Amino acid sequence: MAKNIVIEPITRIEGHGKITIVVDDDGSVSDARFHVTQFRGFEKFCEGRPFYEMPSLTQRICGICPIIHSIASATACDSILGVRIPDTALKLRRLLNCGQLIQSHALSFFHLSAPDLVLGLDSDPAKRNILGLLEAHPDLAMDGINLRKIGQEIIQAVAGKRIHPTWVVPGGVSSPLTEETRKFILALLPQALEITRKTLTWFKASLENHREEIRTFANFPTLFMALVNKEGNLEHIDGTLRLIDYKGNVVVENVDPAHYQLYIGEAPEPWSYLKSPFYKPLGYPEGIYRVGPAARLNVCGGCGTPLADQEWAEFRELDRGPVLSSFHNHYARLIEILYAIETIESLLNEPYILNARVRVFAQPNYNEGVGVVEAPRGTLFHHYRVDDKGLIRWANFIVATGNNNLAMSRGVLQVAKRFINGDTISEGALNRVEAVVRAFDPCLSCSTHALGRLPLRIELVARDGTVLHEIA
Amino acid sequence: MKEPTSLTGKKLGNDANPARIFTMTIDNRLLTAREDETVLSVARQNGIYIPTLCHMEGLSLRGACRLCIVDVKGAPRVLPSCVTLARQDMEVVTNSDRVIEYRRKILELIFSERNHVCSVCVSNGHCDLQALATELGMTHVRYDYLYPKQLVDASHPRFSVDHNRCVLCMRCVRVCDEIEGAHTWDIMGRGITSRVITDLNQPWGSSETCTGCGKCVQVCPTGALSEKGKSVAEMTKRRQFLPYLQMMRGEGRK
Ligand code: SF4
Ligand code: SF4
Ligand code: FES
Repeated sequence: MAKNIVIEPITRIEGHGKITIVVDDDGSVSDARFHVTQFRGFEKFCEGRPFYEMPSLTQRICGICPIIHSIASATACDSILGVRIPDTALKLRRLLNCGQLIQSHALSFFHLSAPDLVLGLDSDPAKRNILGLLEAHPDLAMDGINLRKIGQEIIQAVAGKRIHPTWVVPGGVSSPLTEETRKFILALLPQALEITRKTLTWFKASLENHREEIRTFANFPTLFMALVNKEGNLEHIDGTLRLIDYKGNVVVENVDPAHYQLYIGEAPEPWSYLKSPFYKPLGYPEGIYRVGPAARLNVCGGCGTPLADQEWAEFRELDRGPVLSSFHNHYARLIEILYAIETIESLLNEPYILNARVRVFAQPNYNEGVGVVEAPRGTLFHHYRVDDKGLIRWANFIVATGNNNLAMSRGVLQVAKRFINGDTISEGALNRVEAVVRAFDPCLSCSTHALGRLPLRIELVARDGTVLHEIA
Repeated sequence: MKEPTSLTGKKLGNDANPARIFTMTIDNRLLTAREDETVLSVARQNGIYIPTLCHMEGLSLRGACRLCIVDVKGAPRVLPSCVTLARQDMEVVTNSDRVIEYRRKILELIFSERNHVCSVCVSNGHCDLQALATELGMTHVRYDYLYPKQLVDASHPRFSVDHNRCVLCMRCVRVCDEIEGAHTWDIMGRGITSRVITDLNQPWGSSETCTGCGKCVQVCPTGALSEKGKSVAEMTKRRQFLPYLQMMRGEGRK
């Protein structure tokens, strides 16, 4: 009889997730799914609210990457207002987002994933966290803590608050940058750069040890999607969409974010609250695509900053076409941190960055607005319809983790097939299943379990749903 | 138009009709008070703090929120200090355990009646209600939230009203009536179903009496009334104009 193995909750990812693995009679894995079991109904409770509350309201979707939600939302609001925000405002939003990239990627890499990477997936789970890392490799752990702190300090300096600032507003940002802040941030950058370069060197040297994971962590052909800027380079907050196939051919590009629905469909799944987006022309589920740090580096034609470009070129050497293994999201994150540091520096040295004109005021002039940005974890869509008075009538969000939904399930299946056989599974195998999910760094909601380890519940369930065996 | 601050009904303070002076204690301090002064006003003049929400200097007295309650010796119940006149030999305690506990309860009930989500509110950080919650040490609400379905009226070109955040203090009603003289605002319904309305319960934008002066927005203690174009936490209110306006109106009437 086929059995389901359920792993929940997954530790060290943000939010609530669950994995079900269906095991057939002969002990082989036949199916695997990644579920999101928590429903928060944001789309519903935004209805009736004034559009200008959205940047703050939607930030609450996540406590790890609130900034990018506020930028996506404000971008959608900009188009409801029908304005072009001042150049300085756009640059300041970008500056803020770079702080967020550093902060979020550092959290993902050092706090959540490094324990697996350094201590090994078969090590004692009680120690496999940032505290264990601090014991075993204090240097690395401290680097991570410091780098994340720098990201947070940048956010706080620019926007006035670490978490959930209200500085990004429809029409721009609420206050200009001061010379004092500019100097403060510039002074933080050398340390950030040093940590990042050191970590990159170490990580690249250690890739050898992870050959097995690289081979099996969601290493399969899919499409990749990301924003790119006018030059076709890496872009996070103001670009057009580009999709490439697994060979690296451009499938479609220059897609105006406002027209995303022509290309992206969303399939609801009975087993998860997360909708499964797919590339429409290929249909469901063939239109499976991936987003995120590695996808961005696959899709873009370069980073546009000197140091990150060097690393990018090296990264792209990993595979002949796009880098297929999702394991390399870790690698891509480090490169993006580098990009963020370089970008911050060049932004702060722009002539008009201290300009006082950072906001446009207008009444709502359009009834619909779309904001598409690259969140740390991948492409993020905010889409609103408002009535003539500016009250939200309808809202749709596709979050980064949603974009990866199909790929994540397939990734779990791939790794489960390789590491699980029969209805007993080793701790190491379970961890690998979890780790593959973590490689996507899913951000499911706003709670984080960065420290410690939650009790892992494993259920063996028959296809009809009866629990055969439970390990607590 | 009502004389905004007098509870006694007579014109006091002239030679023909001098105000009597009382002695009383507040928190054991021996104080003097004019007969037309409220306990709140005596306390404030002497630097004794009593929390208030609906009360506003320059508007008529209302006693809507009951946050200003105090214990008065000999009185069978706590009394709202903003509408209680001073008396000879009155003994007032502003911070007895009972008063503190009741204030907390009243505040919690106010929060539980509507939907206050401060984090996305235009008034976050500049809100009288929120400040009171901090001041009175309200860490949680012991009552079940009612989660009423309340709407936002954004029909006015410059302002909007979000009933989710209204505490029914009637400051808007009073300022519009007493200072602006338009009487656009009123209260409809009873008890828990009460809510503020404009004109004959029609969208604010279609009100014929509203002059668009914005006084109601400025005096509203919460994020219920706000200016359009303000984002979250940006709605700071300017109320300095009130005493001057009030004074000038008084001058004009002479
Ligand atoms: S009106 Fe005040 S208490 Fe109510 S949500 Fe707004 S800030 Fe919070
Ligand atoms: S709208 Fe504001 S001023 Fe008017 S009653 Fe409600 S809280 Fe008070
Ligand atoms: S302030 Fe006295 S009742 Fe509101």
